[in-house]
Amino acid sequence: MSELLLEIRNLAVQFFTYQGTVRALEGVSLRVGRGEILGLVGETGCGKSVLARSVLRLIADPPGRITDGEILFKGRDLLKLSRREMRRIRGNEISMIFQEPMSSLNPVFTVGNQMQEVVALHQAVGRDEARRICVDMLRQVKMPDPDQVLAKYPHELSGGMRQRVMIAMELSCRPDLLLADEPTTALDVTVQAQVLSILEGITRRQGVAVLFISHDLGVIAQLCDRVAVMYAGGIVETAPAAAIFAGPRHPYTQGLLQAIPRIDDGKEALMVIPGTVPSLIDPPRGCRFHPRCGHRFQPCDREPPPFYEPSPGHRVACHLHAGEDQRRSWNRS
Amino acid sequence: MEPVIEARDLVKYFPIHSGVFGRHVDYLKAVDGVSFALHRGETLGLVGESGCGKTTVGYLVLNLLSPDRGTVRFKGVDVPGLRGKALREIRRNLQVVFQDPQSSLDPRMLVKKTVGAPLEVNRLARGAEVVRRVQAMLAEVGLSEEHAYRYPHEFSGGQRQRIGIARALITGPEFVVFDEPTSALDVSVQAQILNLVKDLQRRHGYAYLFISHDLSVIKHMSHRIAVMYLGIIVETAATGDLFAEPLHPYTRALMSALPLPDPGKRTMLAVVAGDVPSPVNLPAGCRFHPRCPEAREICRRSAPELREVKAGHRAACHLYE
Repeated sequence: MSELLLEIRNLAVQFFTYQGTVRALEGVSLRVGRGEILGLVGETGCGKSVLARSVLRLIADPPGRITDGEILFKGRDLLKLSRREMRRIRGNEISMIFQEPMSSLNPVFTVGNQMQEVVALHQAVGRDEARRICVDMLRQVKMPDPDQVLAKYPHELSGGMRQRVMIAMELSCRPDLLLADEPTTALDVTVQAQVLSILEGITRRQGVAVLFISHDLGVIAQLCDRVAVMYAGGIVETAPAAAIFAGPRHPYTQGLLQAIPRIDDGKEALMVIPGTVPSLIDPPRGCRFHPRCGHRFQPCDREPPPFYEPSPGHRVACHLHAGEDQRRSWNRS
Repeated sequence: MEPVIEARDLVKYFPIHSGVFGRHVDYLKAVDGVSFALHRGETLGLVGESGCGKTTVGYLVLNLLSPDRGTVRFKGVDVPGLRGKALREIRRNLQVVFQDPQSSLDPRMLVKKTVGAPLEVNRLARGAEVVRRVQAMLAEVGLSEEHAYRYPHEFSGGQRQRIGIARALITGPEFVVFDEPTSALDVSVQAQILNLVKDLQRRHGYAYLFISHDLSVIKHMSHRIAVMYLGIIVETAATGDLFAEPLHPYTRALMSALPLPDPGKRTMLAVVAGDVPSPVNLPAGCRFHPRCPEAREICRRSAPELREVKAGHRAACHLYE
């Protein structure tokens, strides 16, 4: 990994609801290097969006609260900043794009109006200069005819064009980190391919690090340098993309990869992970995956697994990778 | 062998109204000449991007919409003309599973009622017999007997989809439309549902029309595939042939745009530029020509017909004339 940009240590987020306390994130640690594209993959409700929102401190309080941990961005703990200092970070140094661009764009203002406001606010430039920056950014996201696009309202653009406008807007202030929360999930595959190739090109050119959230293992494999897999509020495995797809170590990651139909093989039946995702109000003791795991043994329902490092840079939270001594002590008990 | 379902030249235009007086201004050409036949125990996969008309095709063959032109035959009988008892007799053979199990199940109905309703409506069973058959059906889709006495909100997404499947299959249909049945589900649950759907077909010989935007799901489920673009089928072939040698530039674009879960193989390529045009103002000539990397002069002028390029492999493209 390159120079460290973001380090999340032992993060915990809880939501206090009438049904009980939802332990949405627990003991989450993650590092993102400068200019790196890190993929965060997991199923609905595993906490991947909560993690991204925590970084920008966008968790609504109530009902949610960050109850533990540190989020170090360039060495400063974001959780200790004042609201004012935090506002200077958002947009300038860390930006975010969401799944549905229509809900991030204001329908009653033109694209140019909204983009220029962002640029003028963050970069203290005049109107003409702001406009010039916007046109340049739209060119960089390969928008045909940028001047015309600036005069349009969001509803006049297609889904793919709107998402490109969002990318242009969020990267116009040259942030160091972009949080992308399922940015192409609502798009068709041919348009997704366009938008992601643009996103990859521009972030690599500018050296922007990306925390890319997706449930689609294919997109993660094609785009990301490293991958972190989440399950039920925790990270279970992190590794370079090539390593995790060639040799997944956590039983959950292995199950996920075998559960997806692929066009490059011909298997008749898909492997299935039995059961369903647990409730985070009352998550399973020990390893949260143990009730669905085919490899569980003595310690799994008692002790939450620590991270083991079976090969350099490949970390996995699973007791199967414990050392000999540790295993002997379990066997004795 | 006689096909279970045969659709010929189906056309469906939706009128667009505008202004205070609802003046009719134009047509949205949702389906514009679609034909296919489907045999017992066979799955035809219908794949295409949003707005290509695949769901409308499903509704037309189910007689949930009536076509402006063209015919649908169930075992040789014209479906759109039927009324009353004859229609009901055929309807129990044509069933559907919808995308979103959340909105296609009545939240105030016990599962017993939801799954049993098709039996009562079609007068196939009464009283205790309904309950018995509902419980047998639930067991068959991987639920248990006591689930009959619960409400939809007590189930997970995957279990709700199992209820939807049970409701579709309880009348013993010969033909079932699956309209994006796993698009709302996570991959680990999707695998369970896809395996179940395949397994039920092996046991009972249903004919399936399987609609999805996901090419890898379609490949996994189908014996034959039809690729749709803007209201027409642009290519159709047996699954193996289509993937071995995709002919239409759009099919090839779809395949190379698909992200493979393998960082070693470079896929997810943006072969085609731009977005799908509006089905209101269709491009002249071939509908795909504005985005086609291989478009030539003739493509702008005349629309290619779907013709057989190789045995059982048909494509609508001027490259193969």
